[in-house]
Amino acid sequence: MDNTNKNILIVGVGGQGVLLASELLSEVAIMSGLDVKKSEVHGMSQRGGVVSSHVRIGKKVYSPIIPYGQADILLSFEQAEGLRALDWLGPDGQVVVSRTRLVPPIANFGKFSYPDDPVADIQKKTSRVIAVDADRMAHELGNPRLVNTILLAVASKHIGFARDVWDEAIRKLVKPKFVDINLKAFARGCELAETPAKR
Amino acid sequence: MKKLMSGNEAVARGAFEAGVKLAAAYPGTPSTEILETIAAEYPSIYAEWSPNEKVAFEVGIGGSLGGGRTLVAMKHVGVNVAADPLMTFAYTGVNGGFVLISADDPEMHSSQNEQDNRLFGKFAQIPILEPSDSQESKDMIKIGLDISETFDTPVMVRMTTRVSHSKGIVELADPITHTQTKFDRNTFKYVMIPGHAKVRHSVMLERLDKLAEYSEQTPLNRVESYGTKLGIITGGISYQYVKEILPQTDILKLGFSFPMPLKKIAQFVQSHERVIVVEELEPYYEEIIRAAGMISVEGKKYFGRKGELSPYRVAQGLHEAGIIDKVAGAEYDPAQLFPRPPVLCPGCPHRGLFAILKKLKLTVTGDIGCYTLGTLQPLEALHSCICMGSSIGAAIGLDKVNGSEQGVVAVLGDSTFLHSGMTGLLDAVYNRSNATIIIADNRITAMTGGQQHPATGYTLMGQKTKQVDFVALCTALGVDSVRTVDPFNYDETMKVIKEEVERPGPSVIITTRPCVLMPKRIMDTPYEVLLDVCNGCSACFRIGCPAIAPSKELTERGRPKAEIDPDSCTGCTLCAQLCQPEAIVLKQPAGKAK
Ligand SMILES: Cc1ncc(C[n+]2csc(CCOP(=O)(O)OP(=O)(O)O)c2C)c(N)n1
Repeated sequence: MDNTNKNILIVGVGGQGVLLASELLSEVAIMSGLDVKKSEVHGMSQRGGVVSSHVRIGKKVYSPIIPYGQADILLSFEQAEGLRALDWLGPDGQVVVSRTRLVPPIANFGKFSYPDDPVADIQKKTSRVIAVDADRMAHELGNPRLVNTILLAVASKHIGFARDVWDEAIRKLVKPKFVDINLKAFARGCELAETPAKR
Repeated sequence: MKKLMSGNEAVARGAFEAGVKLAAAYPGTPSTEILETIAAEYPSIYAEWSPNEKVAFEVGIGGSLGGGRTLVAMKHVGVNVAADPLMTFAYTGVNGGFVLISADDPEMHSSQNEQDNRLFGKFAQIPILEPSDSQESKDMIKIGLDISETFDTPVMVRMTTRVSHSKGIVELADPITHTQTKFDRNTFKYVMIPGHAKVRHSVMLERLDKLAEYSEQTPLNRVESYGTKLGIITGGISYQYVKEILPQTDILKLGFSFPMPLKKIAQFVQSHERVIVVEELEPYYEEIIRAAGMISVEGKKYFGRKGELSPYRVAQGLHEAGIIDKVAGAEYDPAQLFPRPPVLCPGCPHRGLFAILKKLKLTVTGDIGCYTLGTLQPLEALHSCICMGSSIGAAIGLDKVNGSEQGVVAVLGDSTFLHSGMTGLLDAVYNRSNATIIIADNRITAMTGGQQHPATGYTLMGQKTKQVDFVALCTALGVDSVRTVDPFNYDETMKVIKEEVERPGPSVIITTRPCVLMPKRIMDTPYEVLLDVCNGCSACFRIGCPAIAPSKELTERGRPKAEIDPDSCTGCTLCAQLCQPEAIVLKQPAGKAK
């Protein structure tokens, strides 16, 4: 199999901005002169379902879906979704997960329960885990919808590409009104990536 | 210039570059973004949402007759609705080029079935093109329109969810100017009375011979040669998965798959020791190849005929066929955790309606739209859903068979009613049904992401237009009792439904609250739970609102009290109306004492 591609799987729940994050990532790759394919399924996901986006970057990419078990980075905007997607991760893969907890209504009727500590469950399976309290940080920045940008910034350290390219992608793709706050969120995420203690 | 585009965006771009004049569609995942992109980015193309796929197809026929290049788009099941004009337009042929986009949904990500519309193309005997990525999606629109005009036939471009919704890099080109040929009143060609149609049927069969020849020559059907003894025949998205796993194996890639290039295939089969077909869903290639006598060719026994393929599934199949080693990675089991099914949004106007239907224990025939979610826990108040518009007919039949004491209710959305519910309502009146029909009018096509329709007052291109008046429409169809009700008013809605179910003869109830998300997000002051008053009765949990969750605080008997997320509560008041101890109240601004 062709292993030269970089495979990033982004997961979350409808409304969390999974698609914007994968757009930004793809844009950064294109600006860096690489081939990109990305794939996600929208539709029902808008109604609070699981959303996942596969991004593959390399010299030449065929399948838009990551081969199962070969994700280099699993970026999850919600704890339990990170756990759900964990088997996609490759042997040396890195997990970046937000401690965000979105309990679906179905967990209120007793049949299913939301795991007590999904991050701990993830850590049982792999040691390469960065867990971030992105909700708190997003609230500090004044907009709860910034979780995606913060997490993407934390992951960017593992994905690569120069910082100014990321900023340029944000300027290009984010609605003008929200560019500044997203640049700020990205900067915060980058700081976090360097200073584990603050997570 | 290069651009990252989804397959659907690339189709829209292809239409633009090919000089398309008219595009018509009814929304449906995964096809919806095609027309949305055309309307947003390429205003030179006339684009419309038609009330349903049959009308869209017929508008397209008119565009083609007039000599304009034409594109119509729909999801796979939309082609069922448009099948009538399709089957006969294949006889008449075109004037301006005509492509039908059929966007199939293997895996049923957002559909009620996963039919393989390559079989439809073959049934209608029209050429089928199968793009495997965004670049090809764009290119095949242009080639498809050329084929359409050269061979005088409608052409199907068959997309799948993965091709429509994946993004890849596309090389852009400048648009051409297509010279339009005027409509000629050639009644032998365009009026399909039996005498003319018999002639056209022969013309169609002759055309197929020519297309079969083209299929042999076109580079859309290409061999990629590495000198291996194994050969793979594949097309569409499956091609990408095969390349991922066997980048250096001989491949015959089928981009033009009806009629099939049987000579090219025979040559490929003869020059390889073993040939395996990799295709999603039905054994479409495989059956045609085997029927042509090449019975050594294998395929479906390794890959199955349901669901979506993936690199993983293709690798597994190739392993079963003894071609590659066992693939790493356990079987992915998303069921290992709690499910996260789609839910009605906080503040959705459909929620109260289903809470009431459940309370009244009514038999409800349902339909397709966001409100179909009323069938899931905890509402569980919708008992059938087959296809768009089916709720009314089903209610009529159920009522006739089971007797009216049952009080059968049909629920369907505004867009669905206009798509194919009106004729059902006519039947309810004509044949004296006792069914009660509820039009859940949220004034948008919500399920597919918020498209305009004839009752929203706006066209796809953003023009203001006449807005259907549902009350007047239903009255004109002959319904004596047509009532409107605010679904946020629980008691009133309950009363109206009870009355109408008991009333003999057909009646219509129209709910009047708009969708909370589209066209604009509606956010009122959120509600909150007074934890010292909440008795943990769980009545609010039972309406399945995502904004309501169990709090950490328990009652004396150990039951969780409720908690409302202020960021997602829209203030619809439904839970407050259902809370017996009145523990749910308007949220006080921060800092104010309660
Ligand atoms: C023949 C056909 N065309 C299109 C679709 C896709 N589709 C599913 S529901 C729906 C419309 C829903 O709109 P509406 O009836 O207004 O209900 P809402 O989702 O707004 O509650 C569409 C277009 C389909 N399933 N079948």
